[in-house]
Amino acid sequence: MKIIIKRIAAAIPVLFIVSIMVFLMLQLLPGDPATVILGQEATPEAVEAMREQLGLNQPLLIQYLHWLGNVLQGNLGQSLVDGTSVNDLIAERLPATLELAFGSFLVALLIALPCGILSAARPNTVIDHFCTFISLIGMSIPHFWLGMMCIILFAVELGILPASGYVPFFDDPVENLKTIILPVVATGFRESAVLTRMVRSSMLEVMQSDYIRTAKAKGLGERTILFGHALKNAMIPVITTSGIMLAGLLGGLVITETIFNIPGYGKLIIDSVFNRDFITVQSAILVSAVFVVVVNIAVDILYALVDPRIRLGKEGA
Amino acid sequence: MVEFPERRSMLSIFIRRYCSNRQAILGAVIVGLLLLAALCAPLLTQYDPVYDQDYSAVLASPGGTHIFGTDDLGRDTFTRLVYGSRLTAAAAILPVAFAFCVGVPIGLYSGYKGGFIDQWIITRIVDALQAFPSMVLALALAAMLGGGFMNAMLAIGIGFLPAFIRITRAQVIQIKNLEYVQAARSIGCSDLRIAVVHILPNVMPTLLVQITLAMASAIISEAGLSYIGLGASPEQPSWGSMLRTAQSYLGTQPWVAFFPGLSISIVVLGFNLMGDGLRRALDPKIKD
Repeated sequence: MKIIIKRIAAAIPVLFIVSIMVFLMLQLLPGDPATVILGQEATPEAVEAMREQLGLNQPLLIQYLHWLGNVLQGNLGQSLVDGTSVNDLIAERLPATLELAFGSFLVALLIALPCGILSAARPNTVIDHFCTFISLIGMSIPHFWLGMMCIILFAVELGILPASGYVPFFDDPVENLKTIILPVVATGFRESAVLTRMVRSSMLEVMQSDYIRTAKAKGLGERTILFGHALKNAMIPVITTSGIMLAGLLGGLVITETIFNIPGYGKLIIDSVFNRDFITVQSAILVSAVFVVVVNIAVDILYALVDPRIRLGKEGA
Repeated sequence: MVEFPERRSMLSIFIRRYCSNRQAILGAVIVGLLLLAALCAPLLTQYDPVYDQDYSAVLASPGGTHIFGTDDLGRDTFTRLVYGSRLTAAAAILPVAFAFCVGVPIGLYSGYKGGFIDQWIITRIVDALQAFPSMVLALALAAMLGGGFMNAMLAIGIGFLPAFIRITRAQVIQIKNLEYVQAARSIGCSDLRIAVVHILPNVMPTLLVQITLAMASAIISEAGLSYIGLGASPEQPSWGSMLRTAQSYLGTQPWVAFFPGLSISIVVLGFNLMGDGLRRALDPKIKD
């Protein structure tokens, strides 16, 4: 309990600074934001109206407090393009991205767990070198290029999967799976690379600990040792990495969604950038940063729940 | 007492350890080839990457006079790849140089001095910066700064700042209480001198690994930004913007996408192998 409160309390200043940074981002626009948003050919009246709408005529601190007040009440503002609420825009785009994120995460786990465990069980063998090589490849291939190659192979040459687009799950589950499989594999393969290394090194470390030696000494089978004894403890650092990864996936999906033309959160950011809809960009970035902070808190709490050493250690002190 | 079997300089030990790793050598060779291509681009090809547009051979397939084919304006893909290595080398160096020059002094100060500024300002800002998914941050910054290659470099560099500050800070905290630092302090060295002359050299090995791996990720980020259209302009032969062009021809001329992506993968692999090799060579826990 203490840990949970402590962790949340620590996140508050971080969120506060995040909000300042996101707020100041709009100030980065070279020149007057209103002119930049409207374009050079805008009339002075339009610029003045925009300045009024953005509250640019007020002092910076007042602007910030005003903006923060709105955000805290859950009002992210209106899109500069058509005046729709940014909340609605984000809510509309989020499901696709969440599906892709969890899908990619699943693919990453499906690759990383077997590869990592196998490598650690047989260190410095052909299997180990092969798995390490696969993870190096995963780290080095840009996932958007892998996505393009997948489109060429599976959509163009073989014609078994659609090249782009997205069908919501509740509209048609089969089509939905067909549309997300390529983006999920392309993104997941990249994410699996870091995770494989993590699983491997974590397993290797655990395998050298005393209790594993005891288990070996009393003649337990390799499988029991690996899965019954070692895996549980080896998973602890992996959980942390997974959490950070899941949060970071939001970033990775930005480009994936562009290649496969999926109307997700990342595509929203990119579209808004090109429509000069900087209010939406600002809000979308804020939401993704808050998401990352929340996921990190969740991971830390989970970490404490899974590992009694942390829980007891902190409470005992 | 530790007995030294044979006296060797640290550098020669390092080089020997690095070279005993075949993958590390491969990495260094790939990176070397990239730099060579960047330096000698005009010698390697007879065409110009931007102005030589062969309208009789638009989107030509690989082979003949254009060994890797041509793009939608009839420009030779091989030529653009060769000249693109300059942008790729710049994409590896510039953001990392920025993050190093800004992040390391901050990390040194923060780790060495500690106290209020360290605990409450620098650490919090680093935490906050790390809350942004890196690609989202780079994208937003590049867009706000107005796009273009140099703005993309700055955006990616800012994304690397937290890692450089953190790593430097953590190392400095470990090192600053060692006896040799206390000795330096006791003979009256100034803080600046201790930090730069005595502590920094011992942080460098860790930073060197970080630099190499950050270069790998910078290349991918630059390609990503250029692919989206927020990095290099379409006529600049950036490997990422070549992929952007290729996107339209995936169904008909797939080779347009093949070569730039392959080049990125190989070069990034090179930096990753080099980073791993450096880590192994510099890690005292790993025996030869």
